[in-house]
Amino acid sequence: MKFLSFFWLVWAICEFSSTGRAYGHGFAGARFFPATLSTDDPFVSDELSLPTVSTIRTPDDGGTRETNISVDISKRITPDFAIEIGDSFTALNPHDGPAANGFSNLELGGKYQLLKNGEYEAIVSIGLGVEIGGTGGRSVGADSFSTWAPGIFFGKGFGDLPNELRFLKPFAITGQLGVAIPTSASTRSVTIDVQTGERDIEVERHPDVLEWGFALEYSLIYLQSQVEDLHLHAPLDRLIPLVEFALETPLNRGEEGQTTGTINPGVIWAGKYFQVGVEAVIPINERTGNNVGVIAQLHFFVDDLFPHSLGRPLFGENK
Amino acid sequence: MKGIILLLIFVVNSARLEAHAFLKDANPGVGSTIETSPSEVRIRFTENIEPAVSSIQVFDASGKEVDKHDLHLEGSDHALLHISLPQLGVGTYKVVWRVVSVDTHVTNGNFTFRVVR
Repeated sequence: MKFLSFFWLVWAICEFSSTGRAYGHGFAGARFFPATLSTDDPFVSDELSLPTVSTIRTPDDGGTRETNISVDISKRITPDFAIEIGDSFTALNPHDGPAANGFSNLELGGKYQLLKNGEYEAIVSIGLGVEIGGTGGRSVGADSFSTWAPGIFFGKGFGDLPNELRFLKPFAITGQLGVAIPTSASTRSVTIDVQTGERDIEVERHPDVLEWGFALEYSLIYLQSQVEDLHLHAPLDRLIPLVEFALETPLNRGEEGQTTGTINPGVIWAGKYFQVGVEAVIPINERTGNNVGVIAQLHFFVDDLFPHSLGRPLFGENK
Repeated sequence: MKGIILLLIFVVNSARLEAHAFLKDANPGVGSTIETSPSEVRIRFTENIEPAVSSIQVFDASGKEVDKHDLHLEGSDHALLHISLPQLGVGTYKVVWRVVSVDTHVTNGNFTFRVVR
């Protein structure tokens, strides 16, 4: 059965690819920016990530294998404003203790594109996300309270470098900077020892968290079409190697400065209607973990799949 | 699982739509050095193009446009655009293109080539 599913998946990918070569969306001038896997990108677009799968062993409970399967949808309302919705299914398999699985809290968001400059391959957007408390399973750690997360997102291609540095022109960077603000500063849990009757009160603090990260990418698509045709063949001609830095730094409530995060080197292949990406997930410190994980994503360009219907803004012209 | 994949394939194949047009290859080649003046610039795109609202311009090192303003498609091949050139002297030339694919997506780009003799 598993083999049959895999067969169908491979066949589907081949079939999708056979509709023609190349390419998706996320443009600033001549620059195509792919959707990044671990950090949010600045583009307002119609897109669907289905699925994003990640797995890593965390240091919790003597070592817990955490696996997430998530889906994210973004839909443009106007050419410069999109709403987003996402959720994930989480499976926790601790070294000691029973396994648990369930859905995480539902996440909603909106993003507005403030600036896009084609000549300098630059883009800036602002966004607001909210994780809706109580919509996920407590057994997988979903919070009972909501968390608001305003942020700013940017992208910049290096295509305006001088010609002497032309082989650096395919580089680009995208990034995000935001603050996750929980609506509850702390939660208390009370346990009673049935034998002694003693009450044990545990207080978990929820600090505001600076969420920051960036992705440095080198586009072979850009190299081939803008700098120098090296006659690379498929699939190399559509590859974008990248490294992402996804970081979090608590700002208050006793956890100031205790940064956690991962460095994620990987590669994206960008096709005509979809892209496929895979990255290693490497913890930056012991606080984050000691084991390397992996994240992979299949991402559809809805605006290219359905440019005259689902893939266009509800109001205003397509861009 | 199989049903979902089949549905996706059906949707994609029934749409058979165009997408953003990327440069597939060019002559003179992107970043190339050539020994004789080319008679034209040819660019093949990944999608069919609307020539009436698309453009290719060729500029010399001083920024002066040197092409013959006669952008046209290659016969029935709607993905291949040509523009004619006069005899070019030694130097570096910049090709600037902006195309609209038949589904109205706009893309643009530029590249240089060098004539050495």
